[in-house]
Amino acid sequence: MALPPLDSPQWNSPWLAFGWGLRSITQTILTIVLFVTYLGIGALAHDTHFSLIWALCSTLFVWAGPAQIILITTLGSGATIVQAAIAVTVSAIRLFPMVVSVLPLMRTPTTKWRELIFAAHLTAVTLWVECHRFLPQVPRERRIAFVHGLGCGLVSVCLVANTVGYVLAANLTQTLGAAILLLTPLSFLFSTARNSRESADVVALVLGIVLYPVAAKMNSGLDILVSGVLAGTIAYGVHWWRQVRT
Amino acid sequence: MSFAQAVGDWHALVVLFVAGVVPNQIWRMLGLWFGGGIDEGSELLVWVRAVATAILAGVIAQIVVQPPGALASVPDALRYGAVAAGLVVFLLTRRSIFAGVVAGEVFMLAGKWWLG
Repeated sequence: MALPPLDSPQWNSPWLAFGWGLRSITQTILTIVLFVTYLGIGALAHDTHFSLIWALCSTLFVWAGPAQIILITTLGSGATIVQAAIAVTVSAIRLFPMVVSVLPLMRTPTTKWRELIFAAHLTAVTLWVECHRFLPQVPRERRIAFVHGLGCGLVSVCLVANTVGYVLAANLTQTLGAAILLLTPLSFLFSTARNSRESADVVALVLGIVLYPVAAKMNSGLDILVSGVLAGTIAYGVHWWRQVRT
Repeated sequence: MSFAQAVGDWHALVVLFVAGVVPNQIWRMLGLWFGGGIDEGSELLVWVRAVATAILAGVIAQIVVQPPGALASVPDALRYGAVAAGLVVFLLTRRSIFAGVVAGEVFMLAGKWWLG
């Protein structure tokens, strides 16, 4: 499926643009990655004793896979609400630069900020990547509708995946249940590694993994935060040092 | 599954809102309100991205090192081996997420079957 040319009558109404956005989820491998990841999140929610509605609400209202996993694993391992909230807040900072960079692609001189609220809510790593790919092929005045369609399509896929993962985890043998839980770390590791373009990102990823088990020995309840800030700051130091040297 | 089971307790949904929804929407809305004036390539955002990536890496490590639920039934060496096998295939296939995930899963399932 190719998107119609910019001057095609197919872009004449926002509803048609919404439809093209919705259909575009079939045009990216990231839809499958999301499905697999949210299958894992559904299973994880089941095995840490959250309800199915809880898992679906987290997908609808949080709409950020890493944040959902951090929330489930920290609360599941006995952290307090405050500790979980701090870890999620820090991890969610990544959404800020994404929203900052993606919204100007949709804005026209007459766009009011409230028209962008829903698009901002839908912004997460997958949508951010796909916007940069698809939006140049969409007429500017139809881009918000297109993004709404694309985002709603992705959210729907993830809600289905959550439900399937949750039900499977409840009914499968232990081995297959373990296989579904293993999907989450694998898909996150490889999709993060794929998105790592600068040396700082790679160092942060590797050090973050290596330092976590060390930080976990302190048993502070904020282990992920401690290893994350430390590894991230060292990674930034490497980036800074390389810049100074050149 | 009954309706009550599907919903669970309301307390958990309040926790979801306080510790999950608010911390995420704050950053999105800040991006919407103040976004215009911030340089995407600024040094502060490089640091922010690095910390956010490292936190995600920590979560990945946590699930593998201190596995939840059914994953705890898989021996340590097999879990680490599965991630390592997936990583090797991911790198060999010029960063194919799909190939990496499949390789990790196959390694784990084959190992489980081998161990009986």
